[in-house]
Amino acid sequence: MTRFGRFIARNFVLVLGFVVLLYLFAPIVVVMLMSFNAPKSRLSYTFDGFTVDNWLHPCRPFGLCDAVSTSLRIGLLATVVATALGTLMAFAMVRHRFRGRSATNLFIFLPMASPEIVLGSSLLALFVSSGFGGRLGFWTILIAHVMFCLSFVVVTVKARLAGMDSRLEQAAMDLYANEWQTFWRVTFPLVFPGILAAALLSFSLSFDDFIITNLNAGTTVTFPMYVWGSAQRDIPPQINVIGTAMFLLALIFVLAGELGRRRRERTRS
Amino acid sequence: MTSDLVLTGISKQFAGHRAVDNLDLTVPAGTFFALLGPSGCGKTTTLRMIAGLEEPTTGSIRLGDDEISGLRPYKRPVNTVFQNYALFPHLDIFENVAFGLKRRKVKDYQPKVEEMLGLVELKDYGKRRPAQLSGGQQQRVALARALINRPQVLLLDEPLGALDLKLRRQMQLELKRIQTEVGITFVHVTHDQEEAMTMADTIAVMNRGLIEQLGSPAELYDLPATTFVANFLGQSNLIRAKIIGQSGEDLVVDVHGRKVIVPLARCRVTEGEVWLGIRPEKVFLAPADSEDGDGSNQLRGAVVTDVSYVGVSTQYLARLPWGQELTVFEQNTGAREAFSAGDAVDLHWRPAHSFLLDAAQDALAGVEDVD
Repeated sequence: MTRFGRFIARNFVLVLGFVVLLYLFAPIVVVMLMSFNAPKSRLSYTFDGFTVDNWLHPCRPFGLCDAVSTSLRIGLLATVVATALGTLMAFAMVRHRFRGRSATNLFIFLPMASPEIVLGSSLLALFVSSGFGGRLGFWTILIAHVMFCLSFVVVTVKARLAGMDSRLEQAAMDLYANEWQTFWRVTFPLVFPGILAAALLSFSLSFDDFIITNLNAGTTVTFPMYVWGSAQRDIPPQINVIGTAMFLLALIFVLAGELGRRRRERTRS
Repeated sequence: MTSDLVLTGISKQFAGHRAVDNLDLTVPAGTFFALLGPSGCGKTTTLRMIAGLEEPTTGSIRLGDDEISGLRPYKRPVNTVFQNYALFPHLDIFENVAFGLKRRKVKDYQPKVEEMLGLVELKDYGKRRPAQLSGGQQQRVALARALINRPQVLLLDEPLGALDLKLRRQMQLELKRIQTEVGITFVHVTHDQEEAMTMADTIAVMNRGLIEQLGSPAELYDLPATTFVANFLGQSNLIRAKIIGQSGEDLVVDVHGRKVIVPLARCRVTEGEVWLGIRPEKVFLAPADSEDGDGSNQLRGAVVTDVSYVGVSTQYLARLPWGQELTVFEQNTGAREAFSAGDAVDLHWRPAHSFLLDAAQDALAGVEDVD
């Protein structure tokens, strides 16, 4: 066997891993590069020249920043509502035995398993038949987003809650904490990582959603709809700026979380 | 400061089964009290009812003159050391121990916490998290977290169950020392008879939601009231017998055609079929027909069927003429020769070492439950 062959044999798994990572990140790298593109024509998909102009004027294309702002507002509101509701539901599901509990479990899982196009069109039918057909927009999108985020929140928080030893709460009660104190001093801090994960998941689901949103948006335009719409006519490179910024923001969140975790561990040992 | 804990007519009904059945129990103030029994006997349920984590179906729990059943757990002057400790994983050791004081808005709690950490020898561990401590250290944190509140009664739910044998022995002595030092009533739930005997002043042996017998470790061991106690605390040889008469302060008992005597004070029944009980270390082996027995009971014509040498003692199985095998422990003092399998032997014991139990009970009760 040649030396190169031996190298491959020894590092096969590593090499394979890098190839998979490359496959995963290639599209993001393209988006990042294109955010610095100075296209020659309006429908250019090629890298024609380098510029930071797009980063300095991200709002130049008409309607882009309005769409981003709409998406952010819907995302934040949907996250808050879905996380609050979903957390309460998860507590009910884990902590209480009631009739129809397993059926409820199934119903909560159903929206995750259903195709978005089905959910979106049935919601549209619901809105129209109940007289909201003329008022589709921000609020109907919000209602739709809360609906599909809810299942993910319940599932995420439930997993965290189920893994929590109920004796911890009993110990708190035994140590003179009343119900309210027990919840805020023991239950909530222990379940919080699950709630945070659920909130982040909700936000990214909401910010990213196209199919359900598109069906129930009326004349309102969210960021994914803006991207879709502009892809028909022209591709403003600023879209790549927004995409890159969102990716970097997420990256910073993850890195900060990881750094915080490592620092806590260092101070402990 | 402390007062007696009195349980009256306590029952706990769960869906489908009765965990605790009309239990009466008085735990004197300042004692180390053990609730001993196999798993599922209702001892943990009893403890949880005292703590307020379960409500009794019927009955009352009083602490001195105060009725505490019906109060929420945080209203009771009682603290618990949980099985597997239930330390708060998101708080450091200092905050775990300070938890109860802070909830009661005790001012100036820092020196108290430091002092308590000193008592359980964890002074420098305040900044660590529970997960960074060993099992024994976590156990001591759990103890400190409960004790710092100076409860009237401290409840311990199998607190040493998760520790290895050596550490368990050490913690048994430690717990006993701390209890003597602080003078608080300890109610300790365990299925380990040795643990209960080592630590407790008084043991209540529980079985199927009822208390079988209550007394000091020596009383329970020396004169068990039921076959369950006889088998669950240590081992017992139980031989089928029949009371045939009385002679002075003794009852005369027929054991498969041989007469033996048992002091009247050691008999739970005075007529009919009985179980004659003798502890294995109270039975002596002698070569066949070698001794006359100066007032001791004898069963002749036995054969050694098994010999296990365990260092300090040797454990024999001796088969009696009617086929039953008795267990005999002989100390290896060197004063007597050892026997081997197949030797013909006589069994001797002093009448005051035997006891009589009602034959209506199962001779094997409590046997299979021993670990």
